[in-house]
Amino acid sequence: MNRFGRTGVARGRPGRGGRAAVTAMVAVAALLLSACGAGGRPSGGEGGAQPGITPQSIKVGAHFPLTGVASPGYSEIPTGTKAYFDYVNANGGVNGRQIEYVFRDDAYNPTQTSQVVNELVLQDQVFAMLGGLGTPTHSAVLDYLNSEGVPDLFVSSGSLLWNQPDKYRQTFGWQPDYEVEAKILSQYIAQKFPQAKVGLFLQDDDLGRDAEIGARRYLGRQIVSAQRYTPGNTDVAPQIAALQAAGADLVIGFNVPSYTALSQLQSLRLNYKPQWAYSNIGSDPALVGSLLSRFSEGTVTDAGLLDGVITTEYLPSVDTTDNPWTQLFSKVWQQHGDGAELTNFRIYGMSEAYAFVQALQAAGPQPTREGLVSAVERVGTQLEGPWLAPYRYSAQSHAGISGVKVSRIAGAGTQDLTPVQVTDNGDAPITPYPGPANTPPPNGIPVPPAG
Amino acid sequence: MAAPVHDRTDADPAPARSRLDMLRRRLPRSTFGRHALLVLLGALAVVLVLETTSPFRNSQFATLSYYAIAAAGLTVLTGLNGQISLGHGALMAVGAYTTGLLLGSDGGPPLVVVMVAAAAVTAVVGVVVGAAASRLHGPYLAGATLAFAIAVPGLAIYFDGVLGGEQGMQIDSPQAPGWFGDAIYFLSANEMSSAKYLAYVGWAAVLVVLLLLANLAASRVGRVWRAVRDDEVAAELAGIRPGPVRVLAFTVSAACAGLAGSVLGIVVRLAAPSGFTIVLSLGLLTAVVVGGLGSLPGALLGGALLVFLPPAVTNLGTAAGLDSVAAAQLAPFVYGVVLVLVVLLAPTGVAGIVRRLWHSMGRFGTGNSTRRSR
Repeated sequence: MNRFGRTGVARGRPGRGGRAAVTAMVAVAALLLSACGAGGRPSGGEGGAQPGITPQSIKVGAHFPLTGVASPGYSEIPTGTKAYFDYVNANGGVNGRQIEYVFRDDAYNPTQTSQVVNELVLQDQVFAMLGGLGTPTHSAVLDYLNSEGVPDLFVSSGSLLWNQPDKYRQTFGWQPDYEVEAKILSQYIAQKFPQAKVGLFLQDDDLGRDAEIGARRYLGRQIVSAQRYTPGNTDVAPQIAALQAAGADLVIGFNVPSYTALSQLQSLRLNYKPQWAYSNIGSDPALVGSLLSRFSEGTVTDAGLLDGVITTEYLPSVDTTDNPWTQLFSKVWQQHGDGAELTNFRIYGMSEAYAFVQALQAAGPQPTREGLVSAVERVGTQLEGPWLAPYRYSAQSHAGISGVKVSRIAGAGTQDLTPVQVTDNGDAPITPYPGPANTPPPNGIPVPPAG
Repeated sequence: MAAPVHDRTDADPAPARSRLDMLRRRLPRSTFGRHALLVLLGALAVVLVLETTSPFRNSQFATLSYYAIAAAGLTVLTGLNGQISLGHGALMAVGAYTTGLLLGSDGGPPLVVVMVAAAAVTAVVGVVVGAAASRLHGPYLAGATLAFAIAVPGLAIYFDGVLGGEQGMQIDSPQAPGWFGDAIYFLSANEMSSAKYLAYVGWAAVLVVLLLLANLAASRVGRVWRAVRDDEVAAELAGIRPGPVRVLAFTVSAACAGLAGSVLGIVVRLAAPSGFTIVLSLGLLTAVVVGGLGSLPGALLGGALLVFLPPAVTNLGTAAGLDSVAAAQLAPFVYGVVLVLVVLLAPTGVAGIVRRLWHSMGRFGTGNSTRRSR
């Protein structure tokens, strides 16, 4: 063994103890090196420098399904948001700051959401999150964003999870939650179709559950059957057949767009023709039309099947070309869009961006993360924008838009059936919204609050 | 005992060879000792890497840890025992949901206990699936495990009262114990962050799993697995019953997947059906194939590909002027291309390439040093 003693590492230490000593020395040296590289304690969290914001810029992040099954439609939302931010930036930004918007793909998979949000918060160092989409996906980062103190504004989902200000102070909902929407839709049906036997077609998760609570409040005695489907299982024949067997002549669907298409095709097959009503998220005529044609392999080519279907709205839609908000968004999309058509999903994204600009203005010239959250709680109920009904934001509530109007699908557009009505969760009454219809400011950018 | 003979003949005129032999001799004699030494070095490397990289890299390493554990388990099953499994994503789901149920809302038992329990529960599931799998071969086995992969997430939706349904079960991420944070601060002057702690937990599990699997593969059990893989009839003639051997291999692999699921649960903080789709199972198989079937370091490399490639490609795409949507769509494309290229050009995976390079370098190195010494 000793004949190798002349080589570098082990010189003069041939034994076992020597080996251990060498290992230990290497370890200590390595750790010392790394200690030097660390350069002392990092500055401690709150109150220190605010990440993602400089005098010239502010960085905003989001997660959306840009690939995979959920991407049709939903992947258009961030392009709308980006176009509106580009428009604001071209007009000088907010308090001189350019808004830098970074959105990443999570493929509607919570595991990937957690990875891309880590990337947004730790690597891209975003100041705030805006409009992260999906209930299971955003649940995966709810805890994380709140423990890191990242403002988590305007989650793109109608779940009630986002309205827990005591537990998740950074998180705010945005669109009308499923319960509120179901209450208003059901009251309309109870008033206009008092003799109808109502069937419910529900997605078997919080969407269907929250909506059923709202629906039973007004239609308790009229409901003859409530059928649930499991998302992912594309065979809805048993549910539709059960609704038919129960004699339901009015069916309300609280489901995602692909199940609107599936339930329509299935009832065609069974020659079942009730009056249909679908919640807002399941009724985008353009998307459902393209899904219908895909699922039926070309047999059904347009959204004509949806003619006469009752639904709800809380934003101006693309087809209302005389609405000043739609005109504004068309202009923005022409100037800063990617050349594709303006869609309702892009209007949704632009509306969220509009609300974010308002929140940022309200947070003052030197916004902090904490300041942005308090600003939304402070001014939230007074914010005016393309949304038809006001927000419910306060220190006690982080719930989004408070109401919808009921409408009927006609061709590619809709006709109003009721004026805008507002309510809240639980047994809060439904009241007509007295506020006048908003018009956008002349230059299309929110006017900062006085003082 | 070929090495000593080589020593006698050409070690003396070739110092480089002697150096190599010297190193080899200095390694512990027992297999376990050698592996344990490697794992210690690995632990040192983990501390170094985690303490010198950014919090975001730490979180990526935490992600890598659960892919690595699951891929290591799968590579042993497929590479050593010749069974294919498309159901490992579902086994990870079992581990993740077990972890969520045990950790509960108020802490629950210590983390180590929870992780071991998750692995144990998944191992039990593995026995059942493995018993069925041991009767199947090739495409039938792939089909059966595929059905398993699709069925399990459905259970979470069916029992939504307990398992949280589509929106999933939230898992409270464990906090770093004070002494651990202090120890790391003492060593590196860095504060403990939650991402870093999760990475430490994940990598501790990786090292333990690699140590156990490496020993298993080098032991009688590993030899029996290979014997059954290579020729079932010959193995039976040698007195081995292939059925129980297959079940054991599947069970060990399932336990690894369960542990991986447990780490995934605490890193992602959520167990949801949409996180355990067939895409996850296929991703693991991809990692194993790209890394090199049957190679544990290959499993690490393959896992690294799953974690680091998509964001890197997306960022490259954005830098090249693509808009975000197009850049995001580029990632699955490049991923597919890489897989096709590996299968076409390097069917033995990265581990196979490295092994080949190592051998040719070894020859080259010896020749070189011989020339120098003369």
